[in-house]
Amino acid sequence: MAGTSTVTLRIWRGDATGGGFEDHEVEVSSGEVVLDVLHRIQATQAPDLAVRWNCKAGRCGSCSAEVNGMPRLTCMTRMNILDQTEPITVAPMRTFPIIKDLVTNVSFNYEMAKRVPAFQPKPKPPEGYRMAQQDIERVQEFRKCIECFLCQNVCHVIRDHEENKPQFAGPRLFIRYAELEMHPLDTGDRRELLQAQMGLGLCNITKCCSEVCPEEIHITDNGIIPLKERVVDRRYDPIAWLGRKIKMRRSGRAE
Amino acid sequence: MADHEVHEFDVIVIGAGGAGLRAAIEARAQGAKTAIVCKSLLGKAHTVMAEGGVAAALGTVYPEDNWKVHFRDTMRGGKMLNNWRLAQIHAQEAPERVLELEEWGALWDRTEDGRVLQRDFGGHRYARLAHVGDRTGLEMIRILQHKAVSMDIAVFMECTIVRLLKDGDRIAGAFGYWRESGKFVEFKAPAVVLATGGIGKAYKITSNSWEYTGDGHALGLWAGADLIDMEFVQFHPTGMVWPPSVMGILVTEGVRGDGGILRNESGERFMFRCIPEMFKAETADTEEEADRWFTDRKGARRPPDLLPRDEVARAIVAEIKEGRGTPHGGVYLDIASRRDPDYITRRLPGMYHQFKELADVDITKEPMEIGPTCHYVMGGLKVDAETAAATVPGLFAAGEVAGGMHGANRLGGNSLSDLLVFGRRAGLHGAGYARSIGARLEATSDQCEEIARDAVRPFDRSEGENPYGIQKELQDTMQTLVGIIRTEEELLKALDRLGELKERATHAVAEGNRLYNPGWHLALDLKSLLTVSEVTALAALERKESRGAQTRDDYPKMDPEFGKVNVVIRTKDGEPYVDQAPLEPLPQDLRELVEAT
Ligand SMILES: Cc1cc2nc3c(=O)[nH]c(=O)nc-3n(C[C@H](O)[C@H](O)[C@H](O)COP(=O)(O)OP(=O)(O)OC[C@H]3O[C@@H](n4cnc5c(N)ncnc54)[C@H](O)[C@@H]3O)c2cc1C
Ligand code: SF4
Ligand code: SF4
Ligand code: FES
Repeated sequence: MAGTSTVTLRIWRGDATGGGFEDHEVEVSSGEVVLDVLHRIQATQAPDLAVRWNCKAGRCGSCSAEVNGMPRLTCMTRMNILDQTEPITVAPMRTFPIIKDLVTNVSFNYEMAKRVPAFQPKPKPPEGYRMAQQDIERVQEFRKCIECFLCQNVCHVIRDHEENKPQFAGPRLFIRYAELEMHPLDTGDRRELLQAQMGLGLCNITKCCSEVCPEEIHITDNGIIPLKERVVDRRYDPIAWLGRKIKMRRSGRAE
Repeated sequence: MADHEVHEFDVIVIGAGGAGLRAAIEARAQGAKTAIVCKSLLGKAHTVMAEGGVAAALGTVYPEDNWKVHFRDTMRGGKMLNNWRLAQIHAQEAPERVLELEEWGALWDRTEDGRVLQRDFGGHRYARLAHVGDRTGLEMIRILQHKAVSMDIAVFMECTIVRLLKDGDRIAGAFGYWRESGKFVEFKAPAVVLATGGIGKAYKITSNSWEYTGDGHALGLWAGADLIDMEFVQFHPTGMVWPPSVMGILVTEGVRGDGGILRNESGERFMFRCIPEMFKAETADTEEEADRWFTDRKGARRPPDLLPRDEVARAIVAEIKEGRGTPHGGVYLDIASRRDPDYITRRLPGMYHQFKELADVDITKEPMEIGPTCHYVMGGLKVDAETAAATVPGLFAAGEVAGGMHGANRLGGNSLSDLLVFGRRAGLHGAGYARSIGARLEATSDQCEEIARDAVRPFDRSEGENPYGIQKELQDTMQTLVGIIRTEEELLKALDRLGELKERATHAVAEGNRLYNPGWHLALDLKSLLTVSEVTALAALERKESRGAQTRDDYPKMDPEFGKVNVVIRTKDGEPYVDQAPLEPLPQDLRELVEAT
């Protein structure tokens, strides 16, 4: 695993007014990830190259970009999985407005998050809450979300349809709703809101979101589809909904 | 200078990690008009990376556990240099703070009977860390973030504060810039809570991100506040060492808590040779006993692999130095031969993924190679234990930026709990203080103008120093000369070099324009980075003994006289200088707790 080589990174440079790809030739050592190489370019060739990052370990979800057209965390994308004989393109996420270079304006996601009605817990018994591990595992799966927004980025409902954004929460937020819906202590009912204002119905289960999730959350199978079923239940049969809410918690749902 | 944006609040909180969010939530709950300002996007602060867990004596796994034992462990781990009152409040309030998060939606891993499960960690007598797999920080930050968002707290993200503002000797607000546009922004507020985290970016091998340039430490010091314990920088024993690009990334102590052990090149469990006097009575001295401990807490003592971090890090350094390290200059951390693959992937999914993706290592089959990495700073603003108030009126500090709670060495898990306990107190008392200041405070307008003028200077130069180059040299200097093992000669050399770098940093250039410009941001961050590096070296020089995270090769023993003082950093005419202040004496009843075996 030793040695260095020279590769060409073709990076999108520009801002809201426009821009284009720029080639940077750069040394790469074995074991490095795309983010390391971007940092080297910053330190030696383009000090103003805008990139977001924090943890460099796939834990914070800051460094999302499209590498050779694939939505990825640049800190978890090893250079050796890419064809280094060809230029490697690194572009910002397309669904969000450009700020500069690889940095996009992701405020859409934060605005949508503000519209999620808060957690409404059952009253706390004097001896504290008791919950079985198996009853919280599904919600824990959703909580693995690092808010990289790659799922939002690939969802066709908003990727090329700016006009859908105001009425579509997107996969990241759907699993946030699912998380509340399946939380053993939560008493709220957000199904009406989901259907009427958050655009759950616009999702046609293409599963592109699940495919790109770096946390391997089963966004569609475990989150969106059960939500859709619950919305239907609410319309036709509130008792069945309740039954399902309880059953889901007991058994969990596998892919 | 052109006009800048101005906002008025009762309380502004600088930092959106666990401490900042908890502070803002409390200040808002008290009715204060509250804002949070942070350098990254919301939810990306360091707290998100915390893995192993949050320490609180809930007693769910071991009913024998209570705040007194937690207090004892914390003080002993800190080599008795902790502010005892901070440590006491922390141990007493942590359980309530951890359980409170459940009411806000947190889902800690559970015991068989449905209560909060607790995990073993170094230096804690009982299994005490509430956790969610190995992503505890993510759970905490998300829950706090959701809570804050639901409370009408203003959030200014990707906004960096460069100076605190003052009205006479009181705090009057803060001044900074939007990273996106490069435009300046002023926050007027009588109460400012610093919750900016640590200084780890001063080192080359570190588990910390770009944000950890010690801004809060420097902002506080420049505003006239005292810093204490700055010599104590924690090197976590287990960071990744290979490949070079991932060097320093953390491997959670949870690996050892869940059964992992340290071995040298020849497979020897060398920790048994490295048990210090202070911990002999409570540490297993045979492999058989150490292994038995995982299932028999009453009959066996804890393995030496789980000694406090300073001890383990020192032992690893010695092992490597004496030529018993691994090919890539670390030692082995082995859980593969100790636990079955299922258990490992369930308990440590993040670690499994991290090694698989970044190092091509399957931790269920092979040992990991690890070595110490800069992780945490015990030193920080001197605060009042009850109120989290710093030594300048109107300034409060909580979380990693505050000093005193952890003494000479922090125990794992005690940071996340510290954030909650003292974040809350800072918010509470910050709001109370703001209420008590009836009149508006005003920073003079020339303060802001001067800061702004100074901040854009890197653009005025057509040639000069590359800020990335300066940062790299600074990190090399700190790593080699102010690292785990220190000597007077090297510390003096470090101070010399830092002086030169400080001079060179005044010639740092920024290319391009002010729009989202990392080179410019770094040129500005260098000021705080240089300040904290300098004060760390100064404090290390002053403490002529080895204690906790400070190891002086030229003073290898603990010195009881130094056990009675904190090293304090103050400023005079803008220049930092070093001083000593006596510790508050430990009351007799608490002393008895600490001395109990
Ligand atoms: C990999 C890793 C694992 C860890 N695991 C554990 C663990 O298991 N248990 C445990 O107890 N501890 C753990 N720690 C330590 C713990 O996570 C940190 O000490 C703690 O999260 C610090 O929290 P904080 O709120 O003080 O600051 P942070 O969470 O670091 O937040 C600092 C905030 O301040 C902001 N900020 C900084 N400077 C400025 C400025 N100039 N202007 C505006 N905003 C600014 C940042 O943007 C950020 O929002 C771990 C640390 C690391 C790195
Ligand atoms: S499954 Fe639904 S939410 Fe996911 S990408 Fe497809 S349309 Fe979007
Ligand atoms: S669900 Fe997955 S892809 Fe979507 S934001 Fe969360 S981690 Fe990223
Ligand atoms: S930098 Fe945190 S996920 Fe990539």
